[in-house]
Amino acid sequence: MSPSSSSPCFTLENVSISYGTNVAVRGVYMEIPRGKVTAFIGPSGCGKSTVLRSLNRMNDLIEGCSLKGRVLFENQDLYTRDVDPVEVRRRIGMVFQKPNPFPKSIYENIAFGARINGFRGDMDELVERSLRKAAIWDETKDKLKVSGYSLSGGQQQRLCIARAIAIEPEVILMDEPCSALDPISTLKIEEMMHELKKSYTIVIVTHNMQQAVRVSDMTGFFNVTANPDSDGKVGCLEEFADTEMIFNSPKQKATQDYVTGRFG
Amino acid sequence: MTSFSRGSLTLQPSLARNRWNLLLTLTAGLFTALAVLPLIVVIAYVLLKGGSLITLQLLTALPPPPGLDGGGIGNAILGTLIVTLVAALIAVPVGVGAGVYLAEFASAGWFARFVRFGTNVLAGVPSIICGVFVYGLIVSTRLFFNQSYSALAGGIALAVLMLPTVIKTTDEALKLVPQELRWGAMGVGASRFITITRVTLPAAFSSIATGVVLAVARAAGETAPLIFTALFSPFWPEGLFNPIASMSVLIYNFAIMPYEAQIALAWASSFVLVVMILLANLLARWLGRFSST
Repeated sequence: MSPSSSSPCFTLENVSISYGTNVAVRGVYMEIPRGKVTAFIGPSGCGKSTVLRSLNRMNDLIEGCSLKGRVLFENQDLYTRDVDPVEVRRRIGMVFQKPNPFPKSIYENIAFGARINGFRGDMDELVERSLRKAAIWDETKDKLKVSGYSLSGGQQQRLCIARAIAIEPEVILMDEPCSALDPISTLKIEEMMHELKKSYTIVIVTHNMQQAVRVSDMTGFFNVTANPDSDGKVGCLEEFADTEMIFNSPKQKATQDYVTGRFG
Repeated sequence: MTSFSRGSLTLQPSLARNRWNLLLTLTAGLFTALAVLPLIVVIAYVLLKGGSLITLQLLTALPPPPGLDGGGIGNAILGTLIVTLVAALIAVPVGVGAGVYLAEFASAGWFARFVRFGTNVLAGVPSIICGVFVYGLIVSTRLFFNQSYSALAGGIALAVLMLPTVIKTTDEALKLVPQELRWGAMGVGASRFITITRVTLPAAFSSIATGVVLAVARAAGETAPLIFTALFSPFWPEGLFNPIASMSVLIYNFAIMPYEAQIALAWASSFVLVVMILLANLLARWLGRFSST
């Protein structure tokens, strides 16, 4: 989609994120490629969701969260003073762990984002296109006026994905999008991601290693280690490489142990 | 072999624990009945005394001069509606605005803690003090067009009374809106303004509306703040800057008069007021139902 697909989409340089005085993750260097699916895996509390939220400044909404280091998106630092976080989130969409449709109709759930972003086209067409891309059009086309809450959990999550796609972001961040879903819904969302990566860069956090293997091109393994400065724990990026490398011939012993199920 | 004696599995009412159980259950039930007794008696008494007096003339006519029969409480009904409306027009925007600020912008700062504490204190301030405050601030200084007692002053006094309820219910209702909903809106590029006005406030609408209706119902029945702000008038309302009649002050004035007609009007007025407040509470419950769907 982008002409300069060689340059990375995100570049993280020595990123450390803290909640209050508690360091959650530190020293992350990574280059997330454009037009690919990148997965973050690792045990609970290793900071993968925290890093994901830092990519579109969602952490701003969490009290006491602060970031050191640099997060570059398209070679622009997202954390300088003159950056508008609202504009950042318009270009970098997000799907959350728990399906969170708005308490509005299915149609309005999609149209809301488009409308507030100044969309001036055919709204009906946009709603249909977004729902189709999220593979939920067939299930919802006859009840667009019905509340989004009436859908099942898996359908709600696909509705949220459709909502994220509707504003045509460049990147979609997904924070364990399938953790609350059954295997069939999960499969549908994974199939959809294969379609979506043709036009979007996707970064996904997952607890499910098979899912990482199935959907991602690159995988980052995060680990928790004891914090040498205090008695708490701190997350770090242990290894970041092609998914195939991570799962078949990882360089680090910790990665090897994790992906073969010896701990975590 | 067990070191406890094993009894029969059938319930034995004569056992000490079962007798205590029965006794305490009955005591708790009795006290509960005593607690709702005043409510039932008050409503029954007002219905009995005032309900039979309700006629169309009573609802639409002016009160008679002392010593004469007939007449009605039309001006007081209209006056109560006007003063309460003025109060709501002041208290709802300010209160909802303050609640939004507390819940959405300053949930933990010292200023928010101070405002929350102040709101609780204000909720406990006796209503007569709200009246004296507005009397000193507006009535005695003739602030509005050199008028002393006025409907507007009464409305402001009631607004002060309503404020803490509106602030608190808005604050609490917004805190109950799931954080994920805000993230969702932010995630599709909504600014804070859009998130609050288009997602968070609508999600909390029914709880806020319930709180507002309850605050209005409470204010509508207040007498103390109105006695020396809105005063009373035996005539139809003459605009916002003149004294105005209200049902609560009418009850206060007429119930202690030596004339049968006036005392009857006070009872009728009590009836209308109680019914209005009952209806407002029913409306609040009805609005509250929407929050669960």
